Amino acid sequence: MIVSDDLFIPMRKDSSNAEAIVRPQLTYWQGAWIRLRGNKLALMGLVIIILLVGMAIVGPMISGHDYAKQSIISKNKAPSDANWFGTDEFGRDVFTRVWYGARISLFVGLMAALIDFFIGVLYGGIAGYLGGRVDNMMMRFVDILYGLPYLLVVILLMVVMGPGLMTIIVALSATGWIGMARTIRGQVLQMKNSEYVLAAKTMGAKPFYIIRKHLLPNTIGIIIVYVTLSVPSAIFSEAFLSFLGLGVQAPQASWGVMANDGLSTLLSGHWWRLFFPAFFISLTMLAFNVLGDGLRDAFDPKSRR
Amino acid sequence: MLSFVIRRFISMIVTLWLIITLTFFLMHAVPGSPFEKDGKGLNEAVAANLNAYYNLDKPLIVQYGLYLKQLVQFDLGPSIANSSDTVNKMIARGFPVSFQLGIVSVLFAIVTGIALGVVAALRHNRLIDYIAMIIAVVGISIPSFVVASLLIKYLAVEWKLLPTATWGTWQHVIMPALALAFGPIAIIARLTRTNMLEVLTQEYIETARAKGLSPATIVIKHALRNAVLPVVTLLGALIANVLTGSFVIEKIFAIPGMGKYFVAGINNRDYSVIMGTTVFYSALLIFMMFVVDVLYGIIDPRIKFHGKESKG
Amino acid sequence: MEQRETLLEVSGLKVTFRAHGGEISAVRDVNFSLKKGETLAIVGESGCGKSVTAKSIMRLVPEHIGKIAGGSILFKGKDLAKLPEKEMQGIRGSEISMIFQDAMTSLNPTITIGEQIMEGIIRHQKVPRSEAKRQAIEILQLVGIANPESRLKQYLHQFSGGMRQRIMIAIALVCNPSILIADEPTTALDVTIQAQIIDLFKSIQQKTGVSIIIITHDLGVVAKIADRVNVMYAGKVVESGPVSDIFYNPQHPYTKGLLASMPRLDADRNIPLSPIPGTPPDLFSPPLGCAFAERCNHALEVCRNYQPEETKVHNAHAVSCWLQDPRAKKLLASTQAPTGT
Repeated sequence: MIVSDDLFIPMRKDSSNAEAIVRPQLTYWQGAWIRLRGNKLALMGLVIIILLVGMAIVGPMISGHDYAKQSIISKNKAPSDANWFGTDEFGRDVFTRVWYGARISLFVGLMAALIDFFIGVLYGGIAGYLGGRVDNMMMRFVDILYGLPYLLVVILLMVVMGPGLMTIIVALSATGWIGMARTIRGQVLQMKNSEYVLAAKTMGAKPFYIIRKHLLPNTIGIIIVYVTLSVPSAIFSEAFLSFLGLGVQAPQASWGVMANDGLSTLLSGHWWRLFFPAFFISLTMLAFNVLGDGLRDAFDPKSRR
Repeated sequence: MLSFVIRRFISMIVTLWLIITLTFFLMHAVPGSPFEKDGKGLNEAVAANLNAYYNLDKPLIVQYGLYLKQLVQFDLGPSIANSSDTVNKMIARGFPVSFQLGIVSVLFAIVTGIALGVVAALRHNRLIDYIAMIIAVVGISIPSFVVASLLIKYLAVEWKLLPTATWGTWQHVIMPALALAFGPIAIIARLTRTNMLEVLTQEYIETARAKGLSPATIVIKHALRNAVLPVVTLLGALIANVLTGSFVIEKIFAIPGMGKYFVAGINNRDYSVIMGTTVFYSALLIFMMFVVDVLYGIIDPRIKFHGKESKG
Repeated sequence: MEQRETLLEVSGLKVTFRAHGGEISAVRDVNFSLKKGETLAIVGESGCGKSVTAKSIMRLVPEHIGKIAGGSILFKGKDLAKLPEKEMQGIRGSEISMIFQDAMTSLNPTITIGEQIMEGIIRHQKVPRSEAKRQAIEILQLVGIANPESRLKQYLHQFSGGMRQRIMIAIALVCNPSILIADEPTTALDVTIQAQIIDLFKSIQQKTGVSIIIITHDLGVVAKIADRVNVMYAGKVVESGPVSDIFYNPQHPYTKGLLASMPRLDADRNIPLSPIPGTPPDLFSPPLGCAFAERCNHALEVCRNYQPEETKVHNAHAVSCWLQDPRAKKLLASTQAPTGT
């Protein structure tokens, strides 16, 4: 290799940026958003959820039918221009009822998830933050509840309180917060003992500052994922209860009630009465599940494989 | 080891007692008498007789004591809706059926779920991994009654491969067991895959490779065992899932199991049946969890019996 | 020094990793050889490619993200870089073994220690279990573990840190390999245990004549155990030579920097340790010229865009640095007295 002689002079260096970081750094939220955006499946889930919520709002209005209006002459009609998803055994419009049911199912799912979130974060946060004896007592209680077959407990509560929309939400929340509380408590406990929190403490940070600056940002991802994933499980439980005759009462309809009513059509051939509610339950649960998975990957890239 | 088992056993009994107490007072918090139906009361003399027969005329705390005394003798009491029947007899009739269905679906779910999860992890980010994970997310998302409906629609009605409903031969088990296992398969497959991927990045896998072991030996001997261990902890919840899930499935397939009696109990407001079933299933589950815990301690050498995982 | 037979010859080795949006060149054209019975140390800071080099010899670079992109690894007439995986399995653990930094995570927690030692013997020597067990007991004695027979039935968590590292060494040595690669074998240990492990390496080498490649960033370890040293920086060997030459006559500014940043007992206490400022370059887009130029006090314009060639200092001591060029020496002589040499 021939190198010209005049290159043998001391190197001119740019003002000392030897320690500068070359590649751009992303904040936690930017990183999470970029990872989520790259996940086609999760985005699809998000779009489906938005569409479902939109249809739940406008669906019953645009069909031109009433969800409870019965009509003997038009019972068990197949899907047509007049009744897009057909009619049921009382001649009620299935399209209207599906979207009306969507309101109830989504409402139950979201409410139950929100209540789980509040109780779970509060309970788990307090147990984890206080630690020691209090934590021990609180967690012993949670462990006992955790050991119960939760659907049995929900059924029991439903029987005691009588069927209805509010009782479903209360019954589901009565057991639903446990998982959230355990997760949050574990996170808080782990972080409380972490060296960066210790470091913050040694520098005189106050508890509120530590919660705001360290605990919250580091748990928020898990909380969001958990809430997202508890929506479909609440929707599923509602459908399950409706199937056992413990759901909302006629003429109200949730997807579970409609699917249960439509079960007899397996033999009669009026497939649309079972198909539409069953399809939308599955689609909703799928959408929330893939979004939840996507969020988990986005917030915790280490978990991604 | 022994002290761990004893401690665990005592906590099991305490939990069970709490559940019984909770169930009992919940059920007795329901307003009105169980004999009132649709607002119509019974003849007063008859009601008094019935109340006396079911001890409902005594103070609540006495009833509670009597109920506990019964339970200690493994007697769940008489049915309220049908005074000639007892909860024990119902369980004797219904549980063997539910148990058979449950066992088949749990075993099927474990074997299929683990196989799916392992294959997905080994073919990570390839087609089969994606297919397995799609199956898994679909499995979690589709409720069992939808799966059951689809199975009936095609396997029984359209293609006439299997009997539509009821119980009796082994062909009757297939569809309900499949429908019940679908969700658990998905859960197990996901957990196994995650664990397997985690284990495969562990340094001891690299050590095993550095020893010159073949990939098959590494997977079977070093990875699989450690990846599947956590699935054992899931067994309790899984069995609970399958047992309660079978209420709906038994209803769809008209199977004469526990679900049938339980659902009938709900519809008839038969409190002793509801209570008896809850207590029975809770006891069963708590016992299963106890067994799982002890089993886990035996198969995982890292667990020292202090109730905590050793760190060093 | 007596002339010994060359066991391993690495030339032009290149290893790349796939990363988000491109390739990382972790090892860029590495050459070195290993003789029978000698100990070669590869030193350098984190991310310089020393571990990747070692794993390449074992062909343990994870296939889905990394690959050997060029060069050859000659061992007993075979090129390990191109050997089929099946044949490579026969070499791993029997001819070349490797031990890792942290025995706690590098051994399987749910399988007995005995089984983990024996499975290698059974795999390579195809002997019955009883014979494998006899050998396992023997090797545990060799690495200094008391009551080997009862220890075989125990699990990892029942051993102390130093013991675990001894077990790792036992597993690696059990099939009498001709090369032992030790990746940071002492880093996770207490200083007193470190010394024991190093003594163990020395005594094992005396007994078995195994060649050792030791990867470390700890120059103290190097001084105690190595015959020769490769100094790596940003995926390249920048200086190599006998341990005395590297310690007493370092040529590359990076080697000098490493030595200056190491605490030593015989140094003047009033002179503080001097760290090397800056960080290594991003191997996502390695610099055209010398990778150390940005951090080098003596860098020349030529270093920016031209790769320095390897220059022999004497016999086995070689360095890749533009300062070795006569024109640079002339420049230095004309401006100031060179420091550090």
